[in-house]
Amino acid sequence: MFCEKALELIRELHRMNDGQLPTFNEDGLRQVLQEMEALYEQNQNDVNEAKSEGRTDLIPSIKLRHCCLLRNQRCLTAYLYDRLLRIRALRWEYGSVLPANVRFQMCAEELQWFSQYKKSLAIFMRSLGGGEGLDITQDMKPPKSLYIEVRCLKDHGEFEIDDGTVILLKKNSQHFLPRWKCEQLIRQGVLEHVMS
Amino acid sequence: MSDTLFDDGSEQDDIQEDVMTPAELIAKLEEAWLNEKFSPELLESRSEVVECVMEQLTHMEANLQRVKKGDAKASVHRMEIDRIRFVLSSYLRSRLQKIEKFFPHVLEREKSRGDSYPSLLSPEEFAFAKEYHANTESYLKAVALKRMPPNLQTVDMLKAVPEPCLDSFVFLRVKERQENILVEPETDDQREYVVDLEEGSQHLMRYRTIAPLVSSGAVQLI
Repeated sequence: MFCEKALELIRELHRMNDGQLPTFNEDGLRQVLQEMEALYEQNQNDVNEAKSEGRTDLIPSIKLRHCCLLRNQRCLTAYLYDRLLRIRALRWEYGSVLPANVRFQMCAEELQWFSQYKKSLAIFMRSLGGGEGLDITQDMKPPKSLYIEVRCLKDHGEFEIDDGTVILLKKNSQHFLPRWKCEQLIRQGVLEHVMS
Repeated sequence: MSDTLFDDGSEQDDIQEDVMTPAELIAKLEEAWLNEKFSPELLESRSEVVECVMEQLTHMEANLQRVKKGDAKASVHRMEIDRIRFVLSSYLRSRLQKIEKFFPHVLEREKSRGDSYPSLLSPEEFAFAKEYHANTESYLKAVALKRMPPNLQTVDMLKAVPEPCLDSFVFLRVKERQENILVEPETDDQREYVVDLEEGSQHLMRYRTIAPLVSSGAVQLI
């Protein structure tokens, strides 16, 4: 049955509907492209035959193959585009440096797309407010409280807060700190927001 | 909001034609933010508001540095700054998400609007949108399209990427009274359905019907 492989690619993504990125299915992609090449060649031959020998009985199969070609193209672009959307989400969740295990799931061209995307985003953010710049990947949640309870996940040394006091961020220590000071460290994985 | 924190004197007057108090500016930001959040399509660019708010934030930060350390007022002002920055970031994120989601249509709308119509995208957003378009197209070409049969090597983005659903329903509050708003046009089966929108009333309506009222400021999406 034609287009089975292309549909399998779509199902693969559909199964992981929480936004996770499965490994790039290089094999699957190649198989679909091969099927498309075969279909196209068969159509070329049939079209020539239909024209030169007036074989109009070939026209339904030509149409069928053409529909399969269009469906394969559509499924492939959907598969690739949906992956791009998941990769885009990674920039907003993990920041501009992706963890190695995530990079492993991506093909070279996807890594290239990601690199270009984060560059465009950085240029855009820098240009906000007439060149002042604003990091809109921060402040993802409305500020609820001034101070939050945080636990230190790794040693980070001394940390100065606004009123001059210095805190020693030792692994497993817990502190009650101003929220805005901690946001960056929480994202980096140094601190953990403790919610009682 | 304490006025002392906004006390930066004359600079504000030079920025806009009609002078806005800080409170009015923030109110405008919040209106733009809510409208953008709840509208299914990208709304007009409000770069003047964005720039003014960013200047305001810079002034507030500078004023905050001058406040005596440990003063209780400092934390309240800090909270205010964080709140405003959150609203501004959220507004810009909303816009960026829609630009990415509908990129061929957004670019098409901007290209085909007349000179007399206000800009849909700020210059920076326009550059971002074009880069996003180019990046995505060259990616698809490199990874798959160029390996496809000759007649299938392009994808029409305008057809492939879905358009925003303008028929989705939105909640709104009426700011200026409107008369004879056409909700359903006349068809063979029904008479035309027309309503008047009273000031202060709230409704749930199809976005398409009231889209022009959002851009004119006559209604506020909530």
